[in-house]
Order: sequence, then structure tokens, then C-alpha cells
Amino acid sequence: MATSSTTFPLVAPMRPLGKTLLLYVKETKYEFLKYLRLPIYALSTVLFPVMFYVLFGLVMNRQGTFHSVTVSTYLLATYGTFGTMGASLFANGAGVAAERGLGWLQVKRASPMPPFANFVAKFFVSMIFSSIIELALLGLGITFGGVHIGAGAAAKLVATLVIGSIPFSALGLAIGYFAGPNSAPAIVNMIYLPISFLSGLWVPVDMLPKFLQHVATGMPPYHLAQLALNMIGIPTGGGSFWFHWEFLIGFMLISLGIARIGVQRDEKMYG
Amino acid sequence: MITAWPEVVEVPSQTKAVGARVASLQAVSKNYGQVKALKNVQLSVHAGELLALLGPNGAGKTTAVKLMLGLTSPSAGQVSVFGGNPMLPEVRMRIGAMLQVAKVPETLRVREHLDLFSSYYLNPLPMAETLAAAGLEAIKDRKFGELSGGQRQRALFALAICGNPDIVFLDEPSVGLDVEARRMLWDQIRKLVAYGKTVLLTTHYLQEADALADRVVVINKGEIIAEGTPAEIKARTSGRKIRCISKLAVETIRSFPGVLNVKADREAFEINAVDAELVVRELLRRDDSLSGLEITSAGLEEAFLALTQASSNAV
Repeated sequence: MATSSTTFPLVAPMRPLGKTLLLYVKETKYEFLKYLRLPIYALSTVLFPVMFYVLFGLVMNRQGTFHSVTVSTYLLATYGTFGTMGASLFANGAGVAAERGLGWLQVKRASPMPPFANFVAKFFVSMIFSSIIELALLGLGITFGGVHIGAGAAAKLVATLVIGSIPFSALGLAIGYFAGPNSAPAIVNMIYLPISFLSGLWVPVDMLPKFLQHVATGMPPYHLAQLALNMIGIPTGGGSFWFHWEFLIGFMLISLGIARIGVQRDEKMYG
Repeated sequence: MITAWPEVVEVPSQTKAVGARVASLQAVSKNYGQVKALKNVQLSVHAGELLALLGPNGAGKTTAVKLMLGLTSPSAGQVSVFGGNPMLPEVRMRIGAMLQVAKVPETLRVREHLDLFSSYYLNPLPMAETLAAAGLEAIKDRKFGELSGGQRQRALFALAICGNPDIVFLDEPSVGLDVEARRMLWDQIRKLVAYGKTVLLTTHYLQEADALADRVVVINKGEIIAEGTPAEIKARTSGRKIRCISKLAVETIRSFPGVLNVKADREAFEINAVDAELVVRELLRRDDSLSGLEITSAGLEEAFLALTQASSNAV
């Protein structure tokens, strides 16, 4: 039998549901605080879309209309998509690469943390930042840009972008598992900036040259932007509403598959 | 691969000095590609003891710890912690770990990191107790990025103990610390053992193993080369270094009993000896012009040399 100082449990102690929920809340809370206190993250992911929106939606093109809505309304969807993608790729891509490369992830893995808790938290944090960015754009647009949008449409727009952050978080995770801690931010930028342009997030896709419009339909952010535009009353281009969601789900699954290969490679090499 | 874990572990009742076996590597080998990090290693950690795994860099210490933490699987053999696979969550609940980490998320405060890690465990220590045990009360509100090296290691130590685990793995806890910070950490590690916890500590300081451990296992190039109490290990590594200027030939000196090796260093010889007195007596007898005689106690490098030599002689 076991000695007094050591006991061997026959039954695995289960973490009660309440404790599990609390654990995920804390993981998300601290992950959020971690990024909120990191000026380079908070500023670059929130400030850039806001700045672009103010410049191109509020300062310039004041009187413009596009697809029967004002430019300031149209850009809520596209810069919102841009913001969502940035927040998700940086939190997961650069974040995971740094924690993995510098040993922190291993400390967490050695603890009884549920295996996916820190990834789930990062996905949630990306969703929170996505909603902050879109709410900031909405606030600015309504206050200074003459945006007239119903509460229902605004809520649907924010919800679309929040859910739409998941596939980009998955891509971030894949990048995070293959990039080094120092090169990850640069790699994220190399992906994020060109595909934002190619997806029509900076210049509306209809204004791009014909051949680039074809390229856009292969870009995941293009599909999220079409869904976001749909929420503010612009018919989706390049396919039906559900086709865009299907494209994003497929893209997410591929990204998660790549991330999984990275996880296995990592455990084999450094485990 | 790890297969077929026993449901129940029969633990023979033993004296307190040798408690139940709580963690073990059984005939474990671990290869990273071509590199053989561990070769058929047999290692047990007993309840309530502080076991020091002593070895130079690259000896396989960290690999052994990672295996017992379930961070990696053995290439051959079996790893067992509390009678189970350390990858199981119920086993991890009873483990605390302090690993070598290059960078901890710097924007969170000490108490925030502790709050989060405590939530992973079912019965964590109250925060105040963890802070006291690691000497962090005064700096609990500091962000990790603002801590000094010693404070940082103590905070990582706090993360290892906050869940009130039964066994704590400390991988090179005092590396890079100054003397004062090291002594402070040692005090906290001693307290842990006094509370009845089992501790496995890796180090490349013989002095650290001597100061803390009940039992020392010496590992080199993936193999265990010695095992015993700190006193026994020291006795076996009490080789000393003799330096002198002599007209004798290297081969002659090498043939003396008690000489481990000889090398020429500028005009002098450097001799590693198991029994320095015996060698010096012989040197003086054969060479009356001998000069510049110095005898120093062997550093770790010589100590390992002595142990490796001893282990290959024994085979």
C-alpha cells in the first residue's frame, strides 16, 4: 500500500465544470491583458485599420457613394476585415512563434493546463480585438462620417467579423508553428499586407484591374469582406453568401491541418 | 512507445529514508535524430527525497526531465510517474515543473501568472502561501519583464509549486544567478523538501548538489556513471590537480599509480590524480630538481573525468 506521504489515486480526479470554465475565462483574460499591455500589438492591430478608415473614409471621399452606400459605410466592412485579419494573425502567428521558440509554451505544456486552452484563449482574444476594432470604426463612422446603419445591421456586421476571425487565427497558428520567434512578425506582415490589397480591402475590389479581381477570389479575406459587405446591404460578389462561408471553413481546416503538422514536428524535434 | 500502464501500483512499505518510488525511467533511451540523448537509463525518484541529477551541459539532464514531465516520449523503455504516464492530466495535476525558459510573457504581473497557473490545479496553494514560499510578497505586482534574474527564477519556482504538487522538477534552477540569489533559491528548495515534497533537481554544479541533495545521480553523455549520497560522490570525485615543472618524461609520470592523465602546459606538467599525495611523493623521489609544485582540488571537469574513468575501469 501507499506510504503516508504518497498516494496513488485509482480514479482520475476530474476537474469540475465550474473550474474548467473559470480556467478558460482566466486564460482568455490574461491573454487579453498580455496583448493589451503590449503597445506594439495593441497599437499596430487597432490603430492601423482605424487610421486608414479615418483617412480614406472620413477625411477623403466624404461625399462619395459606392454600391448605393456612402464610402464611409462601405469601408466599415473592408477595413473591419483588414483589422480582423491583422489582430488574428499577429496574436496567433507572432504570439505562438515567440512562446514556442522561447520555451514558454513548454512550461505551459508541462502544467495540467488542458492541451488546447492557450490556443482557445488566443482565438477568443483575436475575436475580442476584432470586435474592438469594428466598434471603433462604427463609432467613428456614425459620429463623423454620416453613417446610417441600423442596430441590427451593425450587430450582424460585428458578429460576422468576430466569427470571421477564426479562420485567420487558424492561419496564424500555422504560421506560429513554422516561423521562428524573431521572423514571425515579418512573415505575418509579408502575408497580411499583400493579401489585404489583393482582396480589395484597401481599394474596393471592383476598382482593381480585371486580372487582380480574379486573383482576389482566391484570397480568404476577400470572402470575409464579401460577407461583411452583405451585412450592410451590398449583394455579395463572386458567389453566394454560403459559398463565401464554405470557402472560409475550407481555408480554416487547411490551416489547422498545417498547424497540426507543425505541432507534431515540434514535439518530435524539441519535445 | 509507452504501452499498457498498470492500473494500480503496489508500493512496498519502506522506511522513510527510501520512500515509495514516485517517478522512474526504466531502461529509457531517447534519440533526437542521430543524437543519442539518453542511453538505456535507469532512474528512480523516491517519495520525500531531493534527488540531484548532476552532469555537464549536454549530458541528458533536461531530456530526462522532459521525459518525466511527459513533454516527449522515450525512443525505448518506460517512463512512469505516480504509476502512470506523465502525459495523463491526472498525473500532471501532481507535478510541478520549473524549466529553462528564455522568455516569459513580460507584460503580466507575478500574481497574474500565479493566478492563472493555480487555476490549472484542483487544490492549489493559497496565493499568499505561494508568494511567501518563493519570497515574492514584495514584488507580486511587478510585471515579469521588470524582474531581476533572481526574482525571475523565484517567480518560475512559484509557478512550479503553486499547484501544491507532490513532486517538483527543477531544471537547472540556479543557472546564471549570483551567489546571493542562488542561496535564496536554495533556502526555498530546502523548505519544499521540509514540507514533504519530492524534488528532482538538475544541475551542473557539484556544490549545488552537495548543498541540497539527499542523493546524487551523475550523468554524462546520456549515461548514468555514478550514484550515491553527496558524501559518497564527493569521495569518488576527490581527484586533485598537480602542477609542477619537472625533467621527467610525460610517459613516466603517466605510469605512476594514481595518475589519471598528464598534459604539458607550457614549461609545466598538469597532472590529474586520484591520490595526490602518492603521486607527489613519487615525483619528488624521482626528480630532486622538481619545482613550482602546486596542488589544487579538482574542478567539476576533473571530477567527471575521474568518475568516467572509474566507471569505464569498473566495466
